[in-house]
Amino acid sequence: MEEGKAVSQSVQQSAAAYSMIQEQFGSALSPLDANETMPFFEVVETARWVEIAHFMRDHAKLKFNYLACLTGVDYPAEEKVGIICNFESLALLGHKLAVKLKCQRHGGSLPSISCLWHTANWHEREVFDLFGITFAGHPEMRRILCPDDWEGSPLLKDYKVQQSYRGIKVPY
Amino acid sequence: MQELDTVGQGSVRVTRKSDKLVIVEKDLATEQMVLAMGPQHPSTHGVLKLECLTDGEVITEAVPCLGYLHRCFEKCCENVDYPAIVPYTDRLDYLSAMNSEFAYAMAVEKLLDIEIPRRVEFIRVLVSELNRIASHLVAIGTYGIDLGAFTPFLFCFRDREIILGLLEWASGARMLYNYIWIGGLAYDVPADFLKRVREFVNYFRPKTVELNNLLTSNEIFLKRTHGIGIMPPEVAINYGWSGPMLRGSGVKWDLRRNDPYSIYPELDFKVAVPDGKNSVIGDCLSRHLVRAIEMEESLKIIEQCIDKMPSSEGFNSRSAIPKRIRPKAGEVYSRAENPRGELGFYIESDGKSTKPVRCKARSSCFVNLSAMKDLSKGQLIPDLVAIIGSIDIVLGEVDR
Repeated sequence: MEEGKAVSQSVQQSAAAYSMIQEQFGSALSPLDANETMPFFEVVETARWVEIAHFMRDHAKLKFNYLACLTGVDYPAEEKVGIICNFESLALLGHKLAVKLKCQRHGGSLPSISCLWHTANWHEREVFDLFGITFAGHPEMRRILCPDDWEGSPLLKDYKVQQSYRGIKVPY
Repeated sequence: MQELDTVGQGSVRVTRKSDKLVIVEKDLATEQMVLAMGPQHPSTHGVLKLECLTDGEVITEAVPCLGYLHRCFEKCCENVDYPAIVPYTDRLDYLSAMNSEFAYAMAVEKLLDIEIPRRVEFIRVLVSELNRIASHLVAIGTYGIDLGAFTPFLFCFRDREIILGLLEWASGARMLYNYIWIGGLAYDVPADFLKRVREFVNYFRPKTVELNNLLTSNEIFLKRTHGIGIMPPEVAINYGWSGPMLRGSGVKWDLRRNDPYSIYPELDFKVAVPDGKNSVIGDCLSRHLVRAIEMEESLKIIEQCIDKMPSSEGFNSRSAIPKRIRPKAGEVYSRAENPRGELGFYIESDGKSTKPVRCKARSSCFVNLSAMKDLSKGQLIPDLVAIIGSIDIVLGEVDR
């Protein structure tokens, strides 16, 4: 945040929402990164993610009823992969907040929130498909865009495409 | 969602009588059958496969299988410069490429924090709304075909051709424009373009009424869509629905109004929601009606754009385009109202590279389609066709 620039109203709303979650869960969360383009916080204790998400969805003053987007991201420098969830209280309170979670780069696992937002179902499958993160508690953890017998996680930065797929040469 | 209580009656044959499913025969010696619709099936609007588990005519489960058109859009983005991604975004939702470009350009502009000339904003909105009409014309036309009404399709494509002609005149391409660039436009609109657009608006306004009459006064069309595939608003939001799908469920939510961007706050238009007089709120007919109303609203927006457009004197459509696009380190999630709903772009920049570290497209069709499993349960097979048509998917955007 540049000095002298007023904090916009939407960031203030996000900060207010964050402080309520923080009050409840304390050290399970990182401090809020109140940037203008996408204010976010990170869930440090990922095991409590479903509990936190449930609180965010159902608390009367939070009501994050809409999961706009769930993105997978690769952090090769930290040897981690993660997800970013963009939440919004659609048509109710209007505030927005993004949440980040990270896990180990190979064979990592995160709790699934598909039981809370249907949107997460396919998005988590997509992250599993392209980044290799498994989601514990997901009803149908299998690939969605790539074929079921595809090898590797294509969106990892060091991904090398397989030499052949069912006898067909892949790299061109 | 309409479900039939068939417990203890074995396999049954059902039919529809005055908007209700009734059992005609019971205790039939049938077994569950897997019926694969697609990947090459006219009603799936592209390469989508639906694996349906059917009990007679009733679908017990329909599982969409995607990925036939997966082209690694996101991986491609990580390997090219920011401006070079624009043509890729065209190929997401190829029926409304202008809107996709607009959404992407806005996302990068937010990261760059740059001011856009006012005339550029007006032209962007103008061409996006033209493209929205063209896209809805395809949606409505093909929906008619799905349900056996052939004539509206021809009407729709005749009028869509005029829009494509106009957009081709402005950009040089019929469908995949590469017209809206980060920070500006490829070209200013040609001389007399606005005059021709106004002529089109005057020509097209009576046609929308004609088109609407063709479909919504057609008994067969109404029977096939009224009360079919009902989605309650709370579930729609939980599924992450957006655009005409969400509004069809009666939620008055339009990003152009509720999370306004560009010059939309200055424009007067109505957010289309069904009134529930002619349709059941949340059914296929409601979604169709929303699209029909939206075309008229887009015409209104286009007229206002023409009236308020700043003059082209001394205007350079590329004046605000940065020489080198290298946003400072940060991330953004930005979205725009596409004809099919919320198209969002998550873009992460490391501040050093001219390529994004991560660029994710949040596809509206992908999210809307994910509700298929719930929507199709307990429906008849022909109704499944009506439901898929009403979702209005473009597989280019679903599979990316």
